[in-house]
Amino acid sequence: MKHNKAQKFGMVIDLDKCTGCGSCMVACMSENNVPFRKDESDKFLSITWMRVYRLTNGKPFPNTDICYLPRPCMQCAGQHEGHSPCVSVCPAIATDYSTETGIVSQIYTRCFGCRYCMASCPYHARYFNWWDPIWPDGMEKYLSPNVSPRMRGVVEKCSFCFHRYQLAKEKAFMEGRRNIEENEYQTACTQACPAGAVTFGDLNNPDHAVYNLVKPDHKHSGRPTNPHAFRLLERLGTNPKVYYLSSRKWVRQVGDNYLKNEAKVKKPVHHG
Amino acid sequence: MDSALIPKGVKRCPLWQFLLFTGAVGIVLLWGVYAMLLCWFKGLNQTNMNDYYGFALWIWADLAVIAVGGGAFFTGLLRYIFGKDALKNIINYAVLIGFICYSSALLILAIDIGQPLRGWFIFWHANVHSMLTEVAFCLSAYFGVLTIEYIPLILENRQIDKVPFFHHLGHNMHEIMAVFAATGAFLSFFHQGSLGGVAGVLYGRPFAFREGIFIWPWTFFLYTWSAAACGPCFTILVTKITEKVVRKKLVKDNAIELLAKISGWMLLTYTMAKTYDTWYWFTVTAPSKGFALMDFYSNNPLYGIWMLVVEIGICGLIPAVILITDKGRKNSMTLWIAVILAVIGVCLNRWVMVLQVMAVPVMTFDQWVLYIPSWQEVATTILPLAYGIILIAISYRYLPVFPNEPELNPIEPLNEEETAVESPVELEQELKPAEA
Repeated sequence: MKHNKAQKFGMVIDLDKCTGCGSCMVACMSENNVPFRKDESDKFLSITWMRVYRLTNGKPFPNTDICYLPRPCMQCAGQHEGHSPCVSVCPAIATDYSTETGIVSQIYTRCFGCRYCMASCPYHARYFNWWDPIWPDGMEKYLSPNVSPRMRGVVEKCSFCFHRYQLAKEKAFMEGRRNIEENEYQTACTQACPAGAVTFGDLNNPDHAVYNLVKPDHKHSGRPTNPHAFRLLERLGTNPKVYYLSSRKWVRQVGDNYLKNEAKVKKPVHHG
Repeated sequence: MDSALIPKGVKRCPLWQFLLFTGAVGIVLLWGVYAMLLCWFKGLNQTNMNDYYGFALWIWADLAVIAVGGGAFFTGLLRYIFGKDALKNIINYAVLIGFICYSSALLILAIDIGQPLRGWFIFWHANVHSMLTEVAFCLSAYFGVLTIEYIPLILENRQIDKVPFFHHLGHNMHEIMAVFAATGAFLSFFHQGSLGGVAGVLYGRPFAFREGIFIWPWTFFLYTWSAAACGPCFTILVTKITEKVVRKKLVKDNAIELLAKISGWMLLTYTMAKTYDTWYWFTVTAPSKGFALMDFYSNNPLYGIWMLVVEIGICGLIPAVILITDKGRKNSMTLWIAVILAVIGVCLNRWVMVLQVMAVPVMTFDQWVLYIPSWQEVATTILPLAYGIILIAISYRYLPVFPNEPELNPIEPLNEEETAVESPVELEQELKPAEA
């Protein structure tokens, strides 16, 4: 039997379209049973698999410009596929890289909470369960049965709604198909975005929208060839599978660090 | 009351005084145990760590005690493998300090993980690519070696030694100690190194990331080197503190001076290597990621560039120069200064490589993060200190930790009536009976 071609699921977020409404965050929390506490004011303790940053170009009025940047897990592949910053350091293989899908998994029952993966992630996309999840009365009935809630003391992160991939694969199998269609596997944030800023699909498949939006150069670690596309912290070599689009230069430059002689834009400012 | 347990030929304080001292330290220990239980039963929400500061005070304490505990493996290496015979007078204490440091490190690790009952996963589901896996294996194995090295000392207790089996066991263990010393040195090389690797491999964190050879970043070698350099300084420091506390000279100068001299040269070469590493990092590695040196330091005094100056200059070069010079080693004051600075230096290095790594923003729109440990974290960090003091006090009182002690501190002969009760065997040994 012929093996399926490896997929590489990725996300493209058009920052020119993002309004910062936060629908993606809400959808993500709801879809993935992300726990929350009564007081979520300390953002260093909040679990937000998808987090929207508000950035400004740092210029005074009337030249102020704002950009909202949603940040899921980047599903890094590393310099050689599978050498993600977090996967390579986890001492118990509680997080793994799938060469079949390109998704970085998190095995909650394997994780023993050393938090080394959190230390390794420059995107702060990994979160620790400092408390046991406690749901408001009755809310446990609304939890998704497809995603296991996490216990205290383990790390969690965005999985690109991997359970949706599993469900789509199961459906395809029952229908006698080996492959799933583009629209059969979409993340919750993608579907929830009212502005259509988030696109999701297989970066290896030229028929998928994500491929055509960024035109990844797979010979060079998937670097985007679309001049308006960029990835966060490209220079570190993390090789993320989340791409951003923007027609604004300062937004594209926010994506990475540059020495003074390399870029002459004012340092962007982050507001929560 | 406990005079039968006290080694022959040495004098110890009265039992009530000993109990008062250990009891006072024991209260601090209980405070730490209480905090530890809080962390175990209520979870790590008892700490002030957060999702930015996933590694914090404990990991620093862990790295620091292992670094200063490096005196055990390095002194053992010098004594048993390189045949530095003078060090036989300090090796027992080096082993004891190492044992305390490593057991403390394991305890801290057990508190630091979010799911302590799954701690064994690191061995069962080991990821061979992770530096932390290497740390866990080598650390545990080396702790086993230290236990084996400590056991003969316990067997030398006056009463235990009377049992022929234990007497012969202790004797035979002494005979093959070189094998354990070599094993310890081998294991230490790897776990000290892999602790350095823990930070060095973080290629997503340009402050910590270092290039290197094969799978090992430069920090791998620097950590082993610095532990070998500063570990013996800690052994000397604790010896000197013990001498101050008990108001006795316990180790001959030649042992201290030899260890100090070797430490000094190790520290000097380490400082040179560290300087080169730092220079290469901020001129080549960091710029390739888009970072300039000052991007890693902030106006906040806790994260200022002064740390680099203090670590390499004041706590690296100065003690190294003192220790390699004959005058510096022989002068009590400068020796004190040198060993204190060296210990501060290596602890500061570990501090920077843990806490500053977490604090430095990597994404351009991220922010510097400040972290202040909770009392539970402080208490559990002090816990090993209290435990160490108590174990040293008990070991010093009941075990012949310092072979030079009877010679350096001859005690007044007791009156005839008291000596008469001693057994003939003990009189043959020409040693004075101990006083309670």
